[in-house]
Amino acid sequence: MSKFKVVHYINQFYAGIGGEEFADHKPELRDGPIGPGTAFAGAFGDKAEIVKTIVCGDSYFNENLGEAKETLLGMIREIDADLFIAGPAFNAGRYGVACGTICDAVSAELGIPVLTGMFEENPGAEMFKEKMLIVATGSSAAGMRKAVPTMAALALKLAGGEPIGASIEEGYLPGGARVNFFEKERGSKRAVDMLLKKLKGEPFVTEYPMPDFDRVPPNPAVKDMSKAVVALVTSGGIVPKNNPDRIESSSASKYGEYDITGVDDLTEATYETAHGGYDPSYANQDADRVLPVDVLRDLEKEGRIGKLYNKFFTTTGNGTSTKSSKLFAQEFAKKLKDDNVSVVILTST
Amino acid sequence: MVKEIERAGIPVVHICTVTPISLTVGANRIVPAVAIPHPLGNPALTAGEEKQLRRKIVETALDAACTEVDGQTVFEVNV
Repeated sequence: MSKFKVVHYINQFYAGIGGEEFADHKPELRDGPIGPGTAFAGAFGDKAEIVKTIVCGDSYFNENLGEAKETLLGMIREIDADLFIAGPAFNAGRYGVACGTICDAVSAELGIPVLTGMFEENPGAEMFKEKMLIVATGSSAAGMRKAVPTMAALALKLAGGEPIGASIEEGYLPGGARVNFFEKERGSKRAVDMLLKKLKGEPFVTEYPMPDFDRVPPNPAVKDMSKAVVALVTSGGIVPKNNPDRIESSSASKYGEYDITGVDDLTEATYETAHGGYDPSYANQDADRVLPVDVLRDLEKEGRIGKLYNKFFTTTGNGTSTKSSKLFAQEFAKKLKDDNVSVVILTST
Repeated sequence: MVKEIERAGIPVVHICTVTPISLTVGANRIVPAVAIPHPLGNPALTAGEEKQLRRKIVETALDAACTEVDGQTVFEVNV
């Protein structure tokens, strides 16, 4: 049997081109496997071969979604592959969104089976898990060793058109698809077993998990902006120079609360970013590019807004868990509410 | 963070570059930004032009806050 032809998509970092300063790297086609592709090649053995690797910068992809997608589809169309693999992206948000977007396009427009891998909290996972198989990985590249065999096994099944088992057996994120099968035990018996476990306080697994629609309805609009207190919050990691509270550059364990009374402009000498997930040079040069204090001060002087709240709240939204972010915001939202803030502008990088 | 602020009863406008992420996360009032490393700026412009651009985005956000919405809404910046 001939080998399956696989095309692999990776970002600039995994291609060894560079970090954030090269995130604008345009799509590029290379021969053979690169970076994580060599690990896949090892796991495939003689069953499949990565014939081409596509490299694209994360910022380039996300800032030029339409154009990037068309360029990549053009490249992939020429190859006549049996399978398309992207990532794994772990908890890298832009990389995850890129992997999901391109897999979705390849599957829909070229009809080639696709596979990617992500950490369950990656925004790309929420966006695409119902549309494709996304192998559940760890949150960082340290999870590569575990992700590769799972992805490779699933990849070979997909390329060969073999049936795919349940998410819990194959290791992908549940996408909500259901398959009929015969259980060993009757429903009544399973239900009573579960009930008994529940009564005894033992762990049990529901057969019908409720979907988690965590949506918050919008609050009413601000009636009179000229009397409103406007507060600034950012996940872009803006902090006073030298990051006094040492907010981590990724996977932040805390947020900062900084007084801006009398501050009219964030300058290179006074503020910087602690965020390790984007090229910091622009924000370090002028942090107003992320946290627009200068403009809000002008609007305050002109009477367009009532007042700029005298503090801002900040953290680095870089691989920071949803659980931590939720806790941070619950805490500072209470302070904002107690101080009668009328509206929050939250900026993200 | 957007959702927790909204849940606390304060209207919140999310200014971000990758709006699909914001939609997935569940922000209700969304204003698209310029680029990931400089959402409210553009180093290619002069300082004056750049501040003007930033002001437009912030004003769009303030207008968004003054607009009643019944679901997720993206407010484009008129350049």
